[in-house]
Amino acid sequence: MQLNKVLKKKILIDKAFTIILICAMIIYLVPIISIIYETVSRGLPALNLDFFTKPIPTAGEEGGGIANAIQGTVISIALASLIGIPVGILSGIFLSEYRELKITSFIRFINEVFHGIPSIIIGLFSFVLISKRIGFSVLAASFSLALIMIPIVTIVTQESLKMVPATIREAAFSLGIPKWKTTIFIVLRGAWQGIVTGILLSIGRIIGESAPILVTMGFYRWWFSGLDRPVSNMALNIFIFAMSPFQNWVRLAWGTALVLLVLVLLLNIIPRLMMLRREVRYE
Amino acid sequence: MSDYKIIVENVSAGYNSNIVLRNINLKIPQRKITAIMGPSGSGKSTFLRILNRLHELTPGAWVKGRVILDGIDIYDRKVNPTLIRKKIGMVFQKPNPFPMMSIYDNVAIGLKLNGIKDKKTLDEIVRRSLEIVGLWDEVKGDLHRPGTMLSGGQQQRLCIARALAVNPEVILMDEPTSSLDPISSMTIESLVKKLAEDRTIVIVTHNVQQAIRLADYVAFFYLGELIEHGPAVEVFTNPKHELTLKFVKGAIG
Repeated sequence: MQLNKVLKKKILIDKAFTIILICAMIIYLVPIISIIYETVSRGLPALNLDFFTKPIPTAGEEGGGIANAIQGTVISIALASLIGIPVGILSGIFLSEYRELKITSFIRFINEVFHGIPSIIIGLFSFVLISKRIGFSVLAASFSLALIMIPIVTIVTQESLKMVPATIREAAFSLGIPKWKTTIFIVLRGAWQGIVTGILLSIGRIIGESAPILVTMGFYRWWFSGLDRPVSNMALNIFIFAMSPFQNWVRLAWGTALVLLVLVLLLNIIPRLMMLRREVRYE
Repeated sequence: MSDYKIIVENVSAGYNSNIVLRNINLKIPQRKITAIMGPSGSGKSTFLRILNRLHELTPGAWVKGRVILDGIDIYDRKVNPTLIRKKIGMVFQKPNPFPMMSIYDNVAIGLKLNGIKDKKTLDEIVRRSLEIVGLWDEVKGDLHRPGTMLSGGQQQRLCIARALAVNPEVILMDEPTSSLDPISSMTIESLVKKLAEDRTIVIVTHNVQQAIRLADYVAFFYLGELIEHGPAVEVFTNPKHELTLKFVKGAIG
């Protein structure tokens, strides 16, 4: 009898807890789904061939597109990757393969702190370092984006290298292969998918950054005209367009938002699909 | 030349304050199979990893004493461990082909990274190595496929081929059949016999039957000490130490 009562109580608690979890899930899902719904329903009508091929119209002008913003965003990300990917990968290698050094755990800690620094602060740093000297420029913006990328690429590289079993390294050593060659030609090869994942995730992160863009380069609506000049940026444009009183710019803002949303989704889904394949490999 | 390939003198080893091996003295004969046996935790794997200086790579690991390979103390400060490891190949407990690498590259990589670039030479050595381990006919059409696609037994033979490719004089084997099915194990065992014709083999096993089948020479470890060693016939038919007798009979281990 007694036991039955205890059991009933437990079942009740279990049910209550399930309901709480479902509620939390709903609170979480409703905004996400409404954001996606709103962006798709308002962004989709803005998309047409002109949207991708025509430059940004002047305020109040009809038609046009965001072609120079696409160009500018691609250039910014390419430049950021040029600095961020090699530095991130090399740092990740250092943190994973030279664990025996005392300084490594300190650097790992710094890297994690760095990862959490608000992007506006990184932007301001880049502003002081570069924009104040050569002016608002794509160089300053890309540098700040690179600084945001580095800790992400570093952490993922480090984690992917750690997943390569120790006996792989030992097998290479026992072939008389020196450590640096083992790391670059054998261990890195085994971790490659994970590292690519990290790179894609970090691009997904910086593609949506607007704060550091605003302080290092500002709003600009023309084509690329040199590294010491600004370029147009999709994420920042959403902010500027959406705040403007011009109907056409607001339309472009929704269109841009949809394009970014799809890009970020893809950059997050592709690595996940790759991860699935990777798990099979090490079973 | 001495009849002994490796001479281990007063070797003790461990991790931080733990002692794993105490004062080991052992001579490993040239071109013979020496089996290192003992129950788990007896220090036999650590002993093996001391012979090619892999042990020291684990954080906190230490070694004392001398290990003399062909008259040279491999723990001498002037000795480069990478050069030592070129002469001493190793096969591990679990097959560990290099990930994301073709069967061909798995065998060729040791040569490639040691500076051999000539395609003909590489092809030749890859083929010969795979032939020795009896894998050539099974994989010759699939050389570009990943090494990890092979079955467990095939992977282990691939790993042996990989070790053979750089032509080591000694091959260390750390329970190479313990993760394999009986048929694959038998294939590996007969391969080990064949390899010993012109190489020195040191094989760790906790399987007495395997040691009886393979070994010319046996060393029995127990709790970090070398209890008994000698020609296999003597150790198995007439063990001098009670612990050895118990282990051989299967009472411990």
